Amino acid sequence: MDLTLSPQEEAFRDELRGWLDEHHPGAEPEGDEAGFEFRRSWQKTLHQAGWAGVSWPKEYGGRGASLIEQAIYNEEVTRAKAPAAVNVLGLAMGGPTVIAHGSEEQRKRYLEPILSAEEIWCQGFSEPESGSDLASLKTKAERHGDEWVVTGQKVWTTLAHHAKWCMLVARTDPDAPKHQGLTYFLMDMDQDAVQVRPLAQITGEAEFNELFLEEARIPHANIVGGEGNGWPVAITTLMHERATLAFGLQIQVKIALGELMEKARSTTVNGGSAAEDEIIRDRLAQLYIESEVLRLNAYRGLTHTMKHGVPGPEGSLGKWQWADVNQALTELALDIAGPQALLRSDDWTYRFLRARANSIEGGTTEILKNIVAERVLGLPRLR
Amino acid sequence: MNFDLTDDQRAIQRTAGEFLAARYKPEELRRLALEEERGFTDEQWKAIAELGWPGLVVSEAHGGLGLGIVELVVVQEQLGYALAPTPFLSDVGAALLLEAGGEDETAAEYLPGVATGERRGTVAVWDADAGWSPTHSALVPGGEDGQPTLTGTKVAVADAAAADFIVVSGADGRHFVVDAGASGLEIEATEALDPTRRLYSVSLSETPARELSLAPEARRRAYEALTTALAAESVGVAQRAMEMATEYAKERQQFGRPIGAYQAISHPCAQMLLETEGARSVTLYAAWALDHEPDTSQLAAAMAKSYAGEAGWRVTAAALQVHGGIGFTFEHDLHFFLKRARANLHAFGDSRWHRRRVADLAGV
Ligand SMILES: Cc1cc2nc3c(=O)[nH]c(=O)nc-3n(C[C@H](O)[C@H](O)[C@H](O)COP(=O)(O)OP(=O)(O)OC[C@H]3O[C@@H](n4cnc5c(N)ncnc54)[C@H](O)[C@@H]3O)c2cc1C
Repeated sequence: MDLTLSPQEEAFRDELRGWLDEHHPGAEPEGDEAGFEFRRSWQKTLHQAGWAGVSWPKEYGGRGASLIEQAIYNEEVTRAKAPAAVNVLGLAMGGPTVIAHGSEEQRKRYLEPILSAEEIWCQGFSEPESGSDLASLKTKAERHGDEWVVTGQKVWTTLAHHAKWCMLVARTDPDAPKHQGLTYFLMDMDQDAVQVRPLAQITGEAEFNELFLEEARIPHANIVGGEGNGWPVAITTLMHERATLAFGLQIQVKIALGELMEKARSTTVNGGSAAEDEIIRDRLAQLYIESEVLRLNAYRGLTHTMKHGVPGPEGSLGKWQWADVNQALTELALDIAGPQALLRSDDWTYRFLRARANSIEGGTTEILKNIVAERVLGLPRLR
Repeated sequence: MNFDLTDDQRAIQRTAGEFLAARYKPEELRRLALEEERGFTDEQWKAIAELGWPGLVVSEAHGGLGLGIVELVVVQEQLGYALAPTPFLSDVGAALLLEAGGEDETAAEYLPGVATGERRGTVAVWDADAGWSPTHSALVPGGEDGQPTLTGTKVAVADAAAADFIVVSGADGRHFVVDAGASGLEIEATEALDPTRRLYSVSLSETPARELSLAPEARRRAYEALTTALAAESVGVAQRAMEMATEYAKERQQFGRPIGAYQAISHPCAQMLLETEGARSVTLYAAWALDHEPDTSQLAAAMAKSYAGEAGWRVTAAALQVHGGIGFTFEHDLHFFLKRARANLHAFGDSRWHRRRVADLAGV
């Protein structure tokens, strides 16, 4: 056991830290559009310096970083309060899926523009009738010569309004058992047959959208992983999504907690500071412990993955636990605010509302518990 | 960065697991808990001494193995898993405090015997009217300078009747060593929540004692190592209770299917895994910090004791619920785990007390 960084890991950290110090673009401008363009240009800067897609192999424009270095990357970027790269779904999910299941030609075509943020990606999995039960999805694709014609509806599609490419899972064989009739496509969003309608969220903003597909066209060459093989490819995407949520965001939780402790010290309740209130202190301490447990589990999981090639049981728990902790943290922020909680006076109101999605997005907590119960503990399936 | 145990640590883990599984089968655990006066036998202690465990945390200079707290928690987790009734942890607590004495004469005199298992110790911490703190005592020594005597009562002292000496805490963080059989020392068995660990009330009446010279830092570390060891025991207890619950959930049928197919059963089982793994991560971290990173070890140990203490309790309580009525019977073994888990939550500062320390140390 050695929980310190190796000299090589330290060098990686110091190099990144120095670079971030020098290139930090400052605060994000107000407004959805301005914010988007700001983050897009930040990702370009990252890419030019080789800091986008650090986990990707070098031959595809990445840095070939080890799992620990990726973790360090997440920590440093978050600690520096650097903006998020704009093409999150492409970087964290689309690219790795193409690297794992795509053809060499697809890798050449798609990977570079993901890194440079020239082409934004979105994920068209969920449908109105198919959420947790993703494999029941109905959007259908029929082959016409070298093309597939796609009709159906997708929903909750984050970033679709900016996206060039959509990771689309559609049913190509209606007669096959539900997990086997699916195919994973890369769909060009630039066509009239694809209509994007923004969906306002409980926060008031519209991060996600509805997609209406009316005979949209996809070239046969845009299938990833082979016709009828869409399920395992989609699972790869989801595994990357959960890993990102669990790992990338545990450090955000720590930073948010630091801010919350500061807020507790500077907020007066019943004549004293909130941080001196016994109950608030106890809850802050509990959150401090849980955020540390989240971090330590993540590192333990990394050690396991590096040694055995696959994540251990700890790995599947991270996204679930992160959602619990982040929700508890943002709830405490409102409790600390006292009557100010009635107002929408600072960023905590937004964070509090946004956190409600944490136990839904990327697989609900209930589904993750099912996975842990069935796959890790070997309990019988419900069906 | 590497969270893995070393090959040597793994070997210790395997040996401990096999040794305990062979010798502390459920019938034996039950027999020791309910029938054996001191809760263990001399042969059992001898076998433990042959493994070198009593000398695990004793430095090589004093004849021990001089191993780290990581090794200690590896053994402790296995002890919790087996729920082996043994005075080991009491003895380790005394050894840790003596070792904290450094050059202290009394420490030098006692430790070689401790290292071989010939001399067993325990720690008496709580005054009869104690608060939460594991180190807060009002006991003030009397007697002449250099020949102190102690008068007062300590409660919930583990394995006192089987100890050759007792390390007694006093006011202002002072600590004293009292020999078994010293004048005015009375040891009385008390009924305990956890029948697998014997507790006694220890009263002292002008009892001669020797003061241990302990630097505050060293004393603090000894208690942190002890609470981290206790946390590791709770991890083992939780692991075992989780395994019992999931096995039962696979076997037990109701309404025509195994109960584990119902999410009201399977989701709490998943929760058990979440908490057990979390407790294991934070306990290993605390142990590592105690060995390698003294600056963060205080905070780490407080987190481990708080989190593992609660995880142990919640996992065993949920496991009982999964078992239904059978889990509530004395005949089933689960209650021994539940009681140990709850007792560990309260011993040496309960979870809330340790959270208060976390708040202070983390700068809340
Ligand atoms: C902010 C946000 C962004 C998103 N972005 C995207 C995106 O970019 N692309 C995309 O494809 N999707 C996206 N999603 C969709 C998300 O993946 C789904 O919402 C999620 O999988 C749940 O599906 P559902 O909403 O249909 O709920 P349902 O599946 O209908 O679930 C409703 C409730 O039933 C429970 N439930 C369902 N099945 C079971 C079961 N077997 N056992 C126990 N409980 C069960 C669920 O846990 C939930 O509590 C996003 C969602 C959010 C909130």
